Amino acid sequence: MTVIHHSHANDHSVPYAKRGPAPTNVLVGYGFWLYLLSDIIMFSAMFAAYAVLSSHTAGGPKGIDLFVKGDVLLETVFLLVSSFTCGIMGLASAAKNRNHTYWAALATFVLGAGFLILELQEFSHMVHEGAGPSRSAFLSAFFALVGLHGLHVFVGLVWLVVMMLQVKTIGFSDMVQRRLNCFNLFWHALDIVWIGVFTIVYLGAK
Amino acid sequence: MLGKLSLAAIPLHEPIPMIAGLGMIFAVIALVGLITWKKWWGILWHDWLISVDHKKIGVMYIILGLVMLLRGFVDALMMRSQLAMAAGGAAGYLPPDHYNQIFSAHGTIMIFFVAMALVVGLMNIAIPLQIGARDVAYPVLNSVSFWLTASGMALMNISLIVGEFARTGWLVYPPLSELAFSPQVGVDYYLWALQIAGVGTLLSGINLTATILKMRAPGMGYFEMPVFCWTALAANMLIIAAFPILTATFGMLLLDRYADFHFFTTNMGGDPMMYINLIWAWGHPEVYILILPAFGIFSEVFSTFSKKPLFGYHSMVYATLAICGLSFVVWLHHFFTMGAGANVNGFFGIMTMIISIPTGVKVFNWLFTMYGGSIKFTSPVYWAIGFIITFVLGGLTGVLLAIPPIDFALHNSLFLIAHFHNVIIGGVVFGAFAGYTYWFPKVFGFQLHEGLGKAVFWCWFIGFYVAFMPLYVLGIMGATRRMQHYSNPDWQPFMIVAFIGALIILLGITLTIVQLVVSIRNREKTRCTAGDPWDGRTLEWSTPSPPPHWNFDAIPQVRSLEDFWHSKQPNGEPLQYVDNPSGKFHMPKPSALGITLSFFATVFGFAMVWHIWWLALVGLFGCIAAVIAHSWQTENEVDIDLNDPAHAHGHA
Repeated sequence: MTVIHHSHANDHSVPYAKRGPAPTNVLVGYGFWLYLLSDIIMFSAMFAAYAVLSSHTAGGPKGIDLFVKGDVLLETVFLLVSSFTCGIMGLASAAKNRNHTYWAALATFVLGAGFLILELQEFSHMVHEGAGPSRSAFLSAFFALVGLHGLHVFVGLVWLVVMMLQVKTIGFSDMVQRRLNCFNLFWHALDIVWIGVFTIVYLGAK
Repeated sequence: MLGKLSLAAIPLHEPIPMIAGLGMIFAVIALVGLITWKKWWGILWHDWLISVDHKKIGVMYIILGLVMLLRGFVDALMMRSQLAMAAGGAAGYLPPDHYNQIFSAHGTIMIFFVAMALVVGLMNIAIPLQIGARDVAYPVLNSVSFWLTASGMALMNISLIVGEFARTGWLVYPPLSELAFSPQVGVDYYLWALQIAGVGTLLSGINLTATILKMRAPGMGYFEMPVFCWTALAANMLIIAAFPILTATFGMLLLDRYADFHFFTTNMGGDPMMYINLIWAWGHPEVYILILPAFGIFSEVFSTFSKKPLFGYHSMVYATLAICGLSFVVWLHHFFTMGAGANVNGFFGIMTMIISIPTGVKVFNWLFTMYGGSIKFTSPVYWAIGFIITFVLGGLTGVLLAIPPIDFALHNSLFLIAHFHNVIIGGVVFGAFAGYTYWFPKVFGFQLHEGLGKAVFWCWFIGFYVAFMPLYVLGIMGATRRMQHYSNPDWQPFMIVAFIGALIILLGITLTIVQLVVSIRNREKTRCTAGDPWDGRTLEWSTPSPPPHWNFDAIPQVRSLEDFWHSKQPNGEPLQYVDNPSGKFHMPKPSALGITLSFFATVFGFAMVWHIWWLALVGLFGCIAAVIAHSWQTENEVDIDLNDPAHAHGHA
């Protein structure tokens, strides 16, 4: 067996594509990006369905009559600020500072939970007004699209709790750091999707 | 307590599903008995069920695919025999209600659990070996993917005995699949089986894409990748882009059926045509997910057995990527008759015809690869040449159907059935058999029986033409699809010929099993542990057969596209490897996460089908708990030391 006595992993004269297998932290982040792309495609299908059905109100209430833009703006502020605190959490965990990580995670959790509570209030208010998902195709698409985003936020909150328990029990190991990075990507991606929801569903309501 | 489930769900009064179901139960009991008698449980569990080795997972995918091929083919035989009998006044032996379930199950099984399983299995086996990697990017996730597919398969088979399957066709078009018109559990079985298996496929697509893009051995740039890796990359990118659409679409239909939503209903503003658009936005890329890896297999086969580099490697790559992109802009040709208007139909018709250009490039590349080569007529080459002939014919009828006015006449006719069987059997099935024969000696260290392999080929090749050419004719004469009985007695002779074709294919499938048994019994005669039985060109042939769990003792340092081939030439320089003086490295540990998730996912799916809400919660929380428990596992790797005699010859 002929052997060469060096690795190309960090040799900058070698093109990136030829440097050999990526290290684990790159690999995990890369796979998570691919997952996020697929998730955004799933949301795209829901957005497409909403675009088709948004005028199919079947004689029921229209978006412009139902949505309270002030409340939705508050939701938006909660979610965007939670992304900021999530970013802080990323910095704190990179510096392996437990206290800062916990506080930033707590702020993220509270803001995320606040967003969800506001969303659930909006949903229950609409259902009580007789504008539930069964009322029309428009409302089906609305509840499914916004609810899918809300479900993602809920999963994110559970994930965040699990991550804090891992920080506590395992500490800032490479594995935990990689997961915190993925969580950060996930939380920011939910922001991007929400910008779409806010613009198309709420601001675009007719 | 048990939701909609009661003893009435077991179709005791219908002999055919009962016989099939009892046969299945008997087979499972016999298998369990055999394993217990031979004391194989330990080996089965540790070496296979919880293995995260990509080669073993690939083998399990292929076994799953072949087992489901038997079931899907029994459905096909029932349909063909029914139609050979039921003409004019004769009613045949299958009532319409049962016949509808059979053609729905046939399509669902053949696409999702046969074609997909075989293709994903072959990609799993070949990709890491071809790029000089020790495993895929995420080995545990790979096991999860397989087991979720197995969970979907389990639900499909449970539907045979408990309840019923969808009667709606393999894509469950609404409004027929809505609760109003399909109140039974068949559609729910379909939806949950495919949602669960679909998540597995998506995760597999992410895994293999990351593997190809991020795990290649040093020196292997994009254009040093074997062409199969390129076509697999394209297919896996399509999985990432297309399967989420399927998940979303089925999710909407589930909401319609379970929560009184109105996405696709005929009242309250629902739009059934939107389902058909969405499902084909997944469905058309799906056919390329299946065929592109097959194109890659044929490319490897033509090049290896012609003793020549692939003709036009770069044009092959660009053609693959062109097909990958175009596959997303042709979906409307599946329903020209929707009434979208001449301009829309014209656009999609032209885009469809444009796809035949890169495909034509590929056909010429294969022909020129053979031209001037010293071709060795092994059974993979038989499949490959049979593919070119058959696939070109299927492509031609596809271009015919791409012309909207012609499609209006042939839509939903047996002509269409003949067309897509022509490309799927001639393309995907032939490709899967070629790949199965080609890589079998790599995985097991001995070859499949060549003579029987050629006999299998001839049965499929002749059987396909005998079975489907009559359907082209019948389609042009006006026979519509999905009919359990045709009143025109003049069509019966064609149906009888088609049935004979199906029997010839049955012989081929039987011979596949015979071939496997004979090859295992004669394995000492064809053993080739050196690892290069075909005089191959790519890296998978540079390692022993079967390869060690870690594939390569040392990671190759790649210098060119056909490095291994050049190293074997009289004045060729030997392969180079990355130095690892300690002889130590890590491999992932086996993990029971996949099989655990599979169990709870099956429980969840079954409970949702029958509206047993408490059990669904058990299944759901079981899945979540399994994932969280796994996430606390910190010792995920095992150390391998090549200087340790226990590891020296590749068997840890």
